[in-house]
Amino acid sequence: MTQATPTTTYFRHLAEGKFLLQRSQSTGEWVFYPRMLAPRSGATDLEWAEPSGPGTVYATTVKRMKPPEPNVSIAIVELDEGPRMMTHVQSIPPEQVFIGMRVRARIVEAPDAGKILVFEPDSAE
Amino acid sequence: MTRGSQLRGKTAFVGAATFGCGEAPGYTSIEIAAEAARLAIADAGLKRSDIDGLFICLPNDFLAGLTIAEYLGIRPRMTNSSRTGGSAFLTHAEWAMLALDAGLIDHALICYGSNQRTGAGKLVAAQAPSPFELPYRPNNPVASYALAASRHMYEFGTTSEQLASVAVAARQWANLNPDAFRHGPLSIEDVLATRLVSDPLHAADCCLITDGGAAVVMTRADRAKDLRQTPVALLGAASATWHIEIAQLADLAVSAAQESGRRAFAQAALGPSDIDVVNLYDAFTINTIMFLEDLGFCGKGEGGPFVASGAIAPGGSLPVNTNGGGLSFCHPGMYGLFTLVESIRQLRGQAGERQVNGAKLALAHGNGGTLSSQATCILGVPDTV
Repeated sequence: MTQATPTTTYFRHLAEGKFLLQRSQSTGEWVFYPRMLAPRSGATDLEWAEPSGPGTVYATTVKRMKPPEPNVSIAIVELDEGPRMMTHVQSIPPEQVFIGMRVRARIVEAPDAGKILVFEPDSAE
Repeated sequence: MTRGSQLRGKTAFVGAATFGCGEAPGYTSIEIAAEAARLAIADAGLKRSDIDGLFICLPNDFLAGLTIAEYLGIRPRMTNSSRTGGSAFLTHAEWAMLALDAGLIDHALICYGSNQRTGAGKLVAAQAPSPFELPYRPNNPVASYALAASRHMYEFGTTSEQLASVAVAARQWANLNPDAFRHGPLSIEDVLATRLVSDPLHAADCCLITDGGAAVVMTRADRAKDLRQTPVALLGAASATWHIEIAQLADLAVSAAQESGRRAFAQAALGPSDIDVVNLYDAFTINTIMFLEDLGFCGKGEGGPFVASGAIAPGGSLPVNTNGGGLSFCHPGMYGLFTLVESIRQLRGQAGERQVNGAKLALAHGNGGTLSSQATCILGVPDTV
């Protein structure tokens, strides 16, 4: 039987519409990307837990496309729980994404990559 | 000078060559690497059979050490095709230094060749795509360096004009190098007028994609002095690895060059103010700024004003990338070895119109992955040992 590995479990959750990260039960360290051990503490007691959702844009660039294709946001978002991830910041023009912008996670259907995690400006703040 | 590591000055570069820089239509990557290797062995006044340590990367041959040994007709005692991206060749020099000093080998050949301009027509990437980056289709490597640049601008107020001044200085050096792929005037306005590829980086903030090969030969200091060329001593060599995916780098405005540089300088018992010429891996203009800071040639965050002052251009206080760098000389995918070749040429006084007068100490610095692997070598003329 195939094991539920860190990588496959993460993407299975995403395909089910759930954004879950690993967290060490003993140290509380949140881990992304999913691994066999927590990179800071080395802890292996990792469980899947739901992060709160909001984060902050840590770095941002605009992937310039050949018109008429629209430009694409490529950003690194730091979740409030600590881990950083590469992502798109969507629902605003990519040129308007700025470092320090508060954003919130959302799962969307990508044209050919299945369900992916993106971020949007956090309207609650 | 007696302080520093016991490895300081124990080994030296005795041969150096390039081949096929720019466009080498029709040649395979192996042919380019092998010809650079043959020229470097001849430059040293050695025979192929003298080579018993072989260090190589090729763009897409993971067993390149076996390939090139067979191709050159040699049977090395030590073969190393370890890969850390474009910094690999400086890490090879570090390993060769150790193996030579230990007496495991007597003559090390480090070589590289690529036909990626006329062959592949685009940058050949060796990095396995991450399943956590791939869904977002980042235009790597430029996207990762653009993200670092965005952070450097945010933290230190670095500007697009300051980034552009790196490309301008590189072109000014290239204009003194007949072998450079790009010649001609280039202004800050010209750089900013090229198309944005990945904000804030314009096309002219990005390195060339060319063909080209390079090779160097190393031996122990005692053997080096009897060979054809004035030996160039290896005074310090150190490397550091912090991450692979850009999102995993703790501070996007700081690279592991801080660590590799500190250890290389300690080994050499030298500091940044001792260095006469710097050749570093300028895959993008932000690299030059970050590495000058992280290696200690200016304060952290002061790299932008430093390069904009003209300090790194011909006539400036710190000659940087005197061959024109990856931005204007040559960039065949993995550029690291060219930083060593240019440093050797400068210290031999063979750099022609771009020669830095009286250069005695050079720093070569390689970068691999997305600011991931950093490797620093400090080289000196014989009387610096």
